[in-house]
Amino acid sequence: MSDTLSKLEKRTAYTLVLPAVLLVFAIVLFPIFANVWISFKDIELKDIRIPEPRAKKIVKSISENRSELKIIYKLRNSSLIQEIRNVQFQDKFPKDISPINLDPKCNFQSKKVICNFGNWEAKYRENFEITIKNNNGESIDKKTIKSQKPILSGKADNPLLSTNFTLENFKKVFYENNFVELLLTTFYFTFFGTVGAIIFGILAAQLVNQNIQGRTYMRGILLFPYVGPVVALAYTWTLLLDPNSGTLNALLVNFNIIEKPINLLGQKYITMSILGVEFKLRLALTTVIFFEIWRYFPLAFLFILARLQAIPQSLYEAADVDGASPIQKFIHITLPQITAIISILFMIRFIWNFNKFEDIFLLTGGASGTRTLPINVYQQGFAVSDIGMGSAVSIVIVMLLISFMVIYFRLIGKRANEV
Amino acid sequence: MKFKSLVIFLIISSFFLTCILSIWKIMSTLQGLSFTNLNITQIFSIGILLSLVFVLIGNKINHLIKIFSLSFIFSILYFYLNETSPYWYIFGIFLITLFFMNKLKKYSMESLKEDFISEKIIFDFITLFGIVFFAFVILFPFYIMLVTSFKTQIALLVNPLDFSLDFSKSLTELFKSYFVIFDTYNFGRYILISSAVSIGTVIVTLLFAIPAAYAVARLNFFGKNFLSTSILIIYMFPAIVLVIPLYTVFSQLGLRNSIFGLLIVYTATTLPVAIYMLQGYFKSIPKEIEDAGIMDGQNWFGIILKIIIPLSLPAIASVALYVFMIAWNEFLFSLMFLDSPKSFTLSRAIQYLSGDAETPRQYLMAGSVIVTLPVLFIFVYFEKYLVSGLTSGSVKG
Repeated sequence: MSDTLSKLEKRTAYTLVLPAVLLVFAIVLFPIFANVWISFKDIELKDIRIPEPRAKKIVKSISENRSELKIIYKLRNSSLIQEIRNVQFQDKFPKDISPINLDPKCNFQSKKVICNFGNWEAKYRENFEITIKNNNGESIDKKTIKSQKPILSGKADNPLLSTNFTLENFKKVFYENNFVELLLTTFYFTFFGTVGAIIFGILAAQLVNQNIQGRTYMRGILLFPYVGPVVALAYTWTLLLDPNSGTLNALLVNFNIIEKPINLLGQKYITMSILGVEFKLRLALTTVIFFEIWRYFPLAFLFILARLQAIPQSLYEAADVDGASPIQKFIHITLPQITAIISILFMIRFIWNFNKFEDIFLLTGGASGTRTLPINVYQQGFAVSDIGMGSAVSIVIVMLLISFMVIYFRLIGKRANEV
Repeated sequence: MKFKSLVIFLIISSFFLTCILSIWKIMSTLQGLSFTNLNITQIFSIGILLSLVFVLIGNKINHLIKIFSLSFIFSILYFYLNETSPYWYIFGIFLITLFFMNKLKKYSMESLKEDFISEKIIFDFITLFGIVFFAFVILFPFYIMLVTSFKTQIALLVNPLDFSLDFSKSLTELFKSYFVIFDTYNFGRYILISSAVSIGTVIVTLLFAIPAAYAVARLNFFGKNFLSTSILIIYMFPAIVLVIPLYTVFSQLGLRNSIFGLLIVYTATTLPVAIYMLQGYFKSIPKEIEDAGIMDGQNWFGIILKIIIPLSLPAIASVALYVFMIAWNEFLFSLMFLDSPKSFTLSRAIQYLSGDAETPRQYLMAGSVIVTLPVLFIFVYFEKYLVSGLTSGSVKG
């Protein structure tokens, strides 16, 4: 009895889970593996269309005789690089109409002209003609003839499925693409974005956790950048930071803080001097990192605040009795209580920042030294149209991600349950 | 000791006063006032004087009278030092000083003798400063977004710092950018598409996620643990690595430029979060209720429909709101899959608008306001649900 029950339970479980699993598999897991396949191929954006035979039908009258018409089919291979094999052509005609002097490649059967065109090489073009006449001798209506579309079929290789593989893409990724700089930029962006977001998150959480008026409003407002649409926020920032008429630059110039506007998003380096030591700062990258911090510190804030509110008040009261200073209380009570959540946040944000595409794309488009790995996937795949190359970069991202995750689960996986 | 904490108190408090007054000055500059100097040293020294007088007076006068008279004196002083400023600006200065003085209430010559008082002063004022700072930094871009959408190109070129709204103009003049983007750029259509895609995603995601989450939460089957861990791992995987294969396959299947294609992708990418959040909630429903349902001869379909769903409506609502917000805000896939203006979503339409360097910025900002308002509205209105959901399930971004 219990055996059949558990079998039934299993069957039910699989029926319930299967639709979701299949969908996620098709859209999320399959592409990750498909990347491996594509990354070993020399394939460009224009290659991904499966070549197909096409025909444009033009109907022309022949002299005065209205019972006869000439039809020109402009035939072509849609692909510029691949042949189509065994092209079949079929067109249907109204009754009483039959072709005259039909091409030997074709035959006429039950109101249909069926032709066998054989193989078409890439870029193939031909004007194919059929003359038709009405057996009744009445005139033929051009529109009815024209409205009937010919059907073409043919076999062509799907360039995605061919088995030509190459290592070129990976060679290009590692040797031609300024890979080290790409990796370093990604790392700077990810690391400083993450650390900054967490630091500001701690500060904000510490603030809101105190007994101040309007605490709930403050919590809501602090989350605005996180819930707002990235497009709107990125463009607002672009407008704020614009060197020509942006508000920030205009304000700084107005109050004589800077002499002339700084192109915060368009300038790769800026020379700064602190205590007489001159160094170059990656300006656009820093700006993008600040945007990133602005947008994502709310998440860190929220998690840390939730943790802070769970700390028993008695700990602080005991500390007060012992005469601890505010700083001591922060270091010895608050900080140990939030280290676990901070380490988890660090990893989660690190991984997500590592993959961040939209923010940089919308702010700088990857120009002026802000090209990170995800931006590079887009640039290779869609700007340079080299899909194979884009996939290869994706694979690099996936490999790096997997190693992050392994480290993550090794270090913090056990801790995650404690929180 | 007392002297040291007095000095710290004076410096920190007048630093705070300087900060809020500077923010007030910046905001007033954006209303068209032509200040060219922040006068930081001036305000700072008056601030020190003010705090000093405040603690010296102590409890000798009633607190309210004290702060009112001190703020009044400060404002008059300020008015004489900067004669060109209009009255509303001075009134703002007066209110800010009043607020500042009120915050000083708990400090007196006696309280400055307490233990760790300098640390406490620093903490207090950093809190105040922090709140003003965070509120300003966060709200300022939203403010600029909103006011820019009401300005005209010429006004912005003449004085890029003047964001004052001219209410004497007719409403059609004021909302001109909004009329233009609806009439010329077809934003009505994009709002419809965005809503259709987002609501569709919510419905389909829930249809798939509720049964799956129920199975994961309640039933025993082979591969269950594997499934629940892979949900989390898949959730960590970035959209950018899916883009190229999906693009190629969708091109070949003719799913690009179609709302249906977008719907599939959004559903698949939000499913892991939805399942994760829902199963957590389903687990908290007492099993006995379901057992009663089984006794009544319900099959799993009946149990989900008649017991689980009615009991977990708040959780389902918060998942639905999340999925809606994710789908509404999504940009990457709409950039990749949509290239015909007929099928744009709002985000993609705004990005398309910005691609043309000629597009006046106020149109761009009007579009941004339109895409931002619904999410902010949902967020503010349902904040309680959403925040608890955020910390339990965490939303990707």
